[in-house]
Amino acid sequence: MLRGERELAIPLEATLTLPRSMARRQTSEVLRARPKQVQRRPEHLTEQRARPPIVEMRKVTKVYPGGHVGLERVSLRVDRGEFVFLVGPTGCGKTTLIKTLIRELQPTEGEVLIAGRDISALPDKKVPQLRRRIGTVFQDYKLLPSRNVYDNVAYALQVIGASRSEIRRKVPDALRLVGLADKVKNFPDQLSGGEQQRLSVARAFVNHPPLLLADEPTGNLDPNTSIGIMQVLYRINRTGTTVVVVTHDREMVDKMRRRVIALDSGRVVRDQAAGTYTSDDESTREFALRLREEMGVEGEEPRY
Amino acid sequence: MGRLFFFIGEGIRALRRSAAPGLASIVTVCITVLLLGVLIPVLQTTNGKTNEVRDQVGLRVFLNDVNGQQAPADQVQTLQAKLEAIPHVKQVQFVDKDQALSILSDRLKEEKRDDITAQLPGTHNPLPASFNVEPDDLSNLPAVRNAITPPGPSGAPAPISPLISDIGDSRDDASKISGATTAIRWVLGVVAALLLVASLLLVANTIRLSIYARRREVEVMRLVGATNWFIRWPFMVEGLFCGLVGAAIAIGFLFVGKQVIVDPLANNFNLINSGHTIGFANLALVLLCVAMGVSAMGSGLTLRRFLRI
Repeated sequence: MLRGERELAIPLEATLTLPRSMARRQTSEVLRARPKQVQRRPEHLTEQRARPPIVEMRKVTKVYPGGHVGLERVSLRVDRGEFVFLVGPTGCGKTTLIKTLIRELQPTEGEVLIAGRDISALPDKKVPQLRRRIGTVFQDYKLLPSRNVYDNVAYALQVIGASRSEIRRKVPDALRLVGLADKVKNFPDQLSGGEQQRLSVARAFVNHPPLLLADEPTGNLDPNTSIGIMQVLYRINRTGTTVVVVTHDREMVDKMRRRVIALDSGRVVRDQAAGTYTSDDESTREFALRLREEMGVEGEEPRY
Repeated sequence: MGRLFFFIGEGIRALRRSAAPGLASIVTVCITVLLLGVLIPVLQTTNGKTNEVRDQVGLRVFLNDVNGQQAPADQVQTLQAKLEAIPHVKQVQFVDKDQALSILSDRLKEEKRDDITAQLPGTHNPLPASFNVEPDDLSNLPAVRNAITPPGPSGAPAPISPLISDIGDSRDDASKISGATTAIRWVLGVVAALLLVASLLLVANTIRLSIYARRREVEVMRLVGATNWFIRWPFMVEGLFCGLVGAAIAIGFLFVGKQVIVDPLANNFNLINSGHTIGFANLALVLLCVAMGVSAMGSGLTLRRFLRI
C-alpha cells in the first residue's frame, strides 16, 4: 500500500478519538508521497462506502431570521477522498452550506453528518474539536493580522496543543506546500491576495484534516494564481484528504473534470459525478500544465 | 506548563503589538486605584471621628477649687448624691484633679505631645475636678442640664451648689461635629460611589474597546477550532498585566502622597491622625488585588459576547 493510501485510510471517526500523533502525519511524508496510483477509481469508492461518508446532509434547510431561505432541503453525500466542486450564482447558499458543515450556522431543519456524526446535536463544547478536524479556507482568508505568516499557520497547531517541536516541523512543510516558504516573516497585510489565500490553505491543511473546505479560494485572483491554488488543493486531495471547493468559476470547474454540485436558490439543481474524469494518475504538474493549456493561460508555473 | 508560558507570551505579545489600548487600560486602572486609595482612608477617618464624638456625649460639671486645692471630700460627696438624685441621670462619675491631669497627660503622650505637660511648674495642677454626668438618653441632656443649673431669680442660671463653677456640654460640639462629619461622609460617600461606578465603567469600556478592535481575530480563532478558554486566557493575562501595572503606578503615587502630604500633616492635624484607618501595606495589597481581579475578569467577561458559537 502506498503512503498516500495510508493517509486516506485514516477514518475521521478514528481521528476524533485517536491520539494526535496517530491522527496526523508529517507533511514532509505527504509531500514525498507522490502516488502514481490514485484512489478515485470507482471500485475504490464502493470500498469506501462501507464506512459512513465524510459529509452527509439530509434534507437540510436553513432559514435566516427574516425569512430568507439559505438552503432548502439539501441532501448530498461526499465520500472520502473525493474532490467536489460546489457551484452556483452568488447568494445561492454555497457559503451557507459550508458554514453548516463547521457548525458556524445551525440548520433550521435536517441533519448534517460529518463522518457519520450528527453535528447539529454536538454540544457547544465539542465544536472546537470538530473544527480542528476540518480545514477551512475562507473566502476572506480570515488570517490573524497581528501574526506573521509562520505564526498564522502555527496558531492552528497551538490550538490543538501541539508541542513546539511538532510546530517547528510541520509549519515549514505546510508553507513549502503552498509556496510561501520564503515569506515566513511577512505579515498578512504585506502579502498579495493570492499569497494570503495560499496562507489560508496552509493553515487549513497544516494539521492534516481528513476534510478540507475551501470557500471561493480563487475569488478575486487572476487565472494563473487561481490555477496555482487549485494545484495546491489538487495536491492535498492526492494525499487522501477530501476536498470541497466552493466557486463560481465555471470555466475552472469544467477543466478540472471533477464532481460538481450546483446550487440555485438554496436547492441542489445538479449533482454530477463528471463522466469525463481525466486519467487518475495525472501528477500535480501535469494537472497544472493541462489546466493552463486548456484555459489559455500564459505564464510560468509558479515556483512551488 | 508549556500552556502557561504560551498564554503569558500571547498576552504580552498582544500588549506589545497594540500598545495604545493597553496603555489606556493601564491609565484608567491607575486613576481608579488612586481614587479608591484616597477615598477609603478618608471615609474611614470620618467614620471613626464621628463615633468617637458620639461616645463622648454627656455633661461635665466642673468644680471650683478651694484655695487652690480640691474641694473637701464630704462636700464633693454631697454634691454627687444631689446629682445622682436628678431624674434621667444614669451615672455620675467623679474625676478628681489628679485623675484629670493623668488623663490629659496620657492623651498627650498618645499624640506624642507630652512636652506640653512637661512644662507644668512643679506640682501645680491647673485642672479642675469634675463630675461626668451621663444622662440615660441623649435627648434628656437638656433637662438634666436645667436641673443642675435652674434659672435663678434674675434669670441667670444659678447652679444648685456653689461648688459648681461651670458646666461643659459636649452636646453643642458633638452635634456640630457629628452633623458636619455626617454631611461630609454622605458627600464623600456619594462622590466615591459615583467615581467608582464611573471608573469601573471606564475600565470596562476600555477593555471592551481593545477587545472590539480584535473581534475579528477572536472570530478567526474560533473558526480555527480554538476552545473558548484557549482564546480567553491570553486576554485575561493581558488584563491581569494591565491591572498590575496600573495599580502599581497608582500605589507608587499614593505612597509618595502619603509621605509628602499626609504624614507631615498628621502630626498637627488631629482629624487625619485617627487610629481607625487601614494600614498602608494592607491598603496597597487590597487595591492591587482588586485592580488585577477587576481587569482580568473584565477582559474575560467582555469576551463572552464574542465567543458565542
